[in-house]
Parts: sequence; structure tokens; C-alpha cells
Amino acid sequence: MVNPNVQGKKYPETPTYLVGREKIREFANAVFSTSPLNHDVAAAQAAGYSDIVAPPTFGVVIQERSLHTVLADPEADIDFSRVVHGDQRFISNRPIVAGDELTSVLTVASVKSLGAHSMVTFNTEIFDAKKELVCTAISTLVVRGAES
Amino acid sequence: MNINDLTVGQEIGSDTFSFTRDSLVKYAGASGDFNPIHYRDDFAKSVGLDGVLAHGMLTMGVAVQVAVNWIGDSGKVIDYGVRFTKPVFVPADGKAEVVVTGKIGAIDLESGTVRVDLSAISSEVAVLGKAQAVIKL
Repeated sequence: MVNPNVQGKKYPETPTYLVGREKIREFANAVFSTSPLNHDVAAAQAAGYSDIVAPPTFGVVIQERSLHTVLADPEADIDFSRVVHGDQRFISNRPIVAGDELTSVLTVASVKSLGAHSMVTFNTEIFDAKKELVCTAISTLVVRGAES
Repeated sequence: MNINDLTVGQEIGSDTFSFTRDSLVKYAGASGDFNPIHYRDDFAKSVGLDGVLAHGMLTMGVAVQVAVNWIGDSGKVIDYGVRFTKPVFVPADGKAEVVVTGKIGAIDLESGTVRVDLSAISSEVAVLGKAQAVIKL
């Protein structure tokens, strides 16, 4: 069971993540993106971006780094091997582009129990180098209870 | 694209995506999610799963491509959320197909946004629920 006392807990800001062009291309390929804006600098610049644009779910790369700090937190007591993803959302103020230097701050929005299972919702706010909010990633994990 | 030319219910596109174990390993590396339930049969079985399953985030990331290909600019997707309703099991020696279809779910003339509702079907079951992408035109 996830410790309900971590509800509201805010985790320290993650170290700066520099968004690389090849990382965006690698991620774009992994999600079957054929969009020129995700691959081709000239196409992205012609569309008004400073560099290639990350696919809409790229924020998960940053969220993942914040989640690792929670999964490593003994107080939260989350068994990663029993985690199933329940839902996910990204609310973007602007797209992530190559060259962005991003940090994130994760807050445990809620911890609910559902029978033997726990449902934990995390809000990860992703900021750029100017400390402006780029995207909020909201993720609910279902932690399955041990089988009796 | 002119928002006034769009109608609610209109289909914007459809595509079929094939997931193999290679797809899952590629996605693990690209995303940083190395949960072994996505590449090791023995591990998946040891935690009570029927087999290796695709990352929900892979299905989510792939499904929105139908909306991105329609609008031509992934930067215009300002809000995208899904529920993971069923796992997509991916066999070691074969593939799992996911059929994604996008339809206009809502039009907001005031904010100039369109909500695209995505369905993702694998082996005749919906693997995403309430998959909605809001696009700023």
C-alpha cells in the first residue's frame, strides 16, 4: 500500500535536462512520428520554431525523472514492479523544442485506496530556463496490492 | 485549416500501427521507462501478467500521431489526455496491431480550438479510453 501521508508532498526540483535534437528524433521514431517538424530543423524553423519540435507526449521523459525520485523515496513506499499506468495527461503552454533546458517539480496530488490497490496521482510541472511553465504532466499510477 | 469548415463527428484520419518487441525496446530507451514488464516474459508472469505488454505511453504517443498528421504541427496539440483501459500484449515472435481513428469531438470557435477524440483498438478491444487531444488551430 502506498503511504497516504505523502499526499501533498512536493519533491525537489530535478537537475536541468537539456533537450537534444537526437533525443527528440529518437523519441519521435519510437512513437512512429513521421512529422517533418519532429525530425527536420529546416521544416521546424519554416513553421516558426527555433529548432525541431518534440512530439506531444515527450514530457514523459522529464516526468520519468521526477517519478524516479518518488519511487526511490522510502516514505512513499511504492513497489514499482506492481505499478500499472492508469491515466496520463499533458497540458502544454508551449511545445518543447530542441535546446530547451528543463527542470521539473513533482507534487503528489492524491493517494486513494481502492480495495487492495492504491491510486496515486502526480502533477509534474515542467519549467524552462526562464522558469516559465512549459507543460504540466498529470499521471495516475495504480499500484496493485499483493495477491493473497 | 478553417475552423468553420469542420463539423463535430467528422473523421480526420485513421492509421494502423504494428508493435513488435523491438518497438517496446526502442520506446523504453527513448522514454527512460525500463520496467521489465515491457520486455521480459518471465518477469511479466512473475508479477501476475499474462505476458509482456506495450507501455501505455507508447500507445498514447502513437495514437496522437493521427491528430498530428491531420493538423501537420505537433506543437498545436495543447492538451492531450488518455486513460489506459486494456493492456496491449506483444508476443515475442509476432506483432500486435493498434488501429487508431480520430474524429472531431468538439469545436470551440471562441478559443479557436478543436477537440479530437481518438479511438485505439487492438484485438477488437479499446485500449485507450477518453483519449482526447485539444488542438489550437
